[in-house]
Amino acid sequence: MAEAILRMTGIGKEFPGVRALDGVDFRLLPGEVHALMGENGAGKSTLIKVLTGVYSIDSGEIELAGNRVAFAGPLEAQKAGISTVYQEVNLCRNLSVAENVFIGREPRKFGRIDWREMRRRTSDLLRQLDLPIDVAKPLSHYSLAIQQMVAIARAIDIDARVLILDEPTSSLDAGEVAQLFRVMRRLKEQGIAILFVSHFLDQIYEIADRMTILRNGRLVGEYVTAELPQVELVGKMIGRELAELERLDERPPARTSDTLVEASELGGRVAPFSLTIREGEVVGLAGLLGSGRTEIARLLFGADHAATGTLRIGGDQVTLRTPRAAMARGVAFCSENRREEGLVPELTVRENLILALQARRGWSRPVPRKKQDELVAKYIKALNIRPDNPEMLIRNLSGGNQQKVLLARWLILEPRLLILDEPTRGIDVGAKAEIQKLVVELSDGGMAVLFISAELDEVLRLSHKVAVLRDRRLVAELPNDDTLTTDVLMETIASGGAK
Amino acid sequence: MKRLAWPAGILAALLLVNLIFTDHFFQIEIKEGHLYGSLIDIFRFGAPLILVALGMTLVIATKGIDLSVGSVVAISGAMACLQISTLPSQDSIGGVLGAIGVALALAVALGVGNGFLVAIVGIQPIIATLILMVAGRGLAQLITDGQIITINSDPYKLIGGGYWLTLPFGIIIVAVVLALIAFVTRRLALGLLIESVGGNAEASRLSGIRSHGLLIVVYAFCALCAGIAGLMISSNVSSADGNNAGLWIELDAILAVVIGGTSLAGGRFSLGGTVLGALIIQTLTTTIYSIGVPPETTLLFKALVVTIVCLLQSPAFRAKVFRSRRKPAPPTVPAGEKVTVRT
Repeated sequence: MAEAILRMTGIGKEFPGVRALDGVDFRLLPGEVHALMGENGAGKSTLIKVLTGVYSIDSGEIELAGNRVAFAGPLEAQKAGISTVYQEVNLCRNLSVAENVFIGREPRKFGRIDWREMRRRTSDLLRQLDLPIDVAKPLSHYSLAIQQMVAIARAIDIDARVLILDEPTSSLDAGEVAQLFRVMRRLKEQGIAILFVSHFLDQIYEIADRMTILRNGRLVGEYVTAELPQVELVGKMIGRELAELERLDERPPARTSDTLVEASELGGRVAPFSLTIREGEVVGLAGLLGSGRTEIARLLFGADHAATGTLRIGGDQVTLRTPRAAMARGVAFCSENRREEGLVPELTVRENLILALQARRGWSRPVPRKKQDELVAKYIKALNIRPDNPEMLIRNLSGGNQQKVLLARWLILEPRLLILDEPTRGIDVGAKAEIQKLVVELSDGGMAVLFISAELDEVLRLSHKVAVLRDRRLVAELPNDDTLTTDVLMETIASGGAK
Repeated sequence: MKRLAWPAGILAALLLVNLIFTDHFFQIEIKEGHLYGSLIDIFRFGAPLILVALGMTLVIATKGIDLSVGSVVAISGAMACLQISTLPSQDSIGGVLGAIGVALALAVALGVGNGFLVAIVGIQPIIATLILMVAGRGLAQLITDGQIITINSDPYKLIGGGYWLTLPFGIIIVAVVLALIAFVTRRLALGLLIESVGGNAEASRLSGIRSHGLLIVVYAFCALCAGIAGLMISSNVSSADGNNAGLWIELDAILAVVIGGTSLAGGRFSLGGTVLGALIIQTLTTTIYSIGVPPETTLLFKALVVTIVCLLQSPAFRAKVFRSRRKPAPPTVPAGEKVTVRT
């Protein structure tokens, strides 16, 4: 086996009240893709931040290519050849693609920035990644997926020996993931060591050579991917049986209850579509990123205005001008974009949780403090929100727990239709199972759910029927019976419903 | 209230400096049934600034800013004085109340205009209110016809110069307004909604908060506070000066809000902090007079002190400067015990 390019021994890191890393060993070989596995809060992010110089370590040592190193900051780590692409794209969206790739290390000619050269080199670089885009356009012009690829291009270009990809695929569709994997394999051949973090187990098994598993800040072990079955991996990550997930595998019987929502030829930023949702029914929306899933959700919630068609909720024809109007009709919408459309980071868990309820009551009728505390305690327990401190600022919670708080914000309102846009994206296996179980319970209790997810097996497991989208058009509506499989769904997406 | 410890400490320090230069600085006495003393004066002369800063606090909490408050101060004072000057008897209480009503209604209307530009038209707050900041001075001069309107009205003089229950009337107004804002924002839910809109406007909209209406109300309220402050200022000198009334008060108000610990980035706000911030600025002005800083250097002196205050307020700065010199502090220090720092 080749000599490790990176070796971390006995790493310890403590935060006030938390031992985030406890004697963790980790090594990375040149020319391998190595997956770092663990639930939210297992210590993956901390380990990465230690490695990239964001945090200093309390104990242990780091060796890079045989030399002992201690990074004083991210810049030093970058100079030593460790480049990182973080989960949330860390670029300046108002600058051009080329500027983003070269920011802080612009090519110069006679002391002035050589814009032409910068654009040329960026174009070349992106062409290597099969991404022929206009590099002079601002980054915000492009989808989140392309922004992600630009971030990777930037990292690659900084002569990395070690490339860290922290959840790079969470916002990419299948085609883009394949594209990313092609790039990763090419980099692997060049001898670059790639540290890969993802919640998608299938992706791990497709691309990773080896993996290291963490749990509660401790090392569980280092494994060769091909020798560790998925079930064992999940067991090692969460340390308990996955009985709950399996119980969900029975198909829910079709609903025959009253129609709650009836959209006919409703259109706006999506082509006009017709869709009915019954009380207690879970309707899955399947389709690639950008296929119009979120746009449908926003139309039903009044966040965008309908240009055509009619919408009936509970039998009444309605025109939704604001989210508030939709809420008055019993519609709730949990956005996929937690950071921009969900969280109010400076407020506490309690305040975030009661926000929609308070908004509905208006400023003059505060939710009594006692009632707030009861509600918050109830949902913290019901959804297993950690840490269970309602007065903590929500920005200090992990992604999965933030998601649960936002979910609770809407559950408090007891909506008739709950729209969940990618509720399980970027959160760990345990939390995912909890949220899936919750959806089943809510629908059994009579709540209609519109469930949007990029993971087809999740959509299949929960939905009574599935609506398939492609290119901003609803192309098929399929009952979830025995004939429907993820393969059928994928085929429908690929063919656009045309047989 | 650990957040208020720094502004409170700075205020105390400034007051102590005064004690060195003025022997009876902390003395408060009752003369002819009125409270007198330097501390009372700071409150009394600081009252308009406190009012303007309180309104500004809510605007800043929504991630906005209101540059037009100085102009609104001038307009409201000018309007009130103009109305009173046309009264058959300037001492008629009904007539004065009517004039006050017209002036404040005008201020609120201007605030609604600001709110409309920000919330509905979508202009950035600094630009939207800059319009009224510039145009408002013109409007004030239009009202006074370019002159300084002088009036002689005892009921009007009460607002800025009078006493009630031994207290200066201005202090009572501030207390009432402060109590009202504290009630509406902290006992009712307005504070949470404002902080939410300031913290994340889009998330707030998707949570069903009527942010447009909320913004208009906040800007209108800020203008109302400025309007009341304008009445105090013009009442105090029994005249209206469209050019100079409330000049630069917007900057002092913004400074008071920031010193009080409310971030210009919006979100969390602190009313108590703002009051302390305004008192710090007013005390500083008093100090400049009492220690006899030469008039030509007062602005520079003020800027210097304000810079120091802001640096002391910044946790990042404190960490940098004091970390290297201070031994790790014991986890808890009993209240009232003196802490000595050895270097």
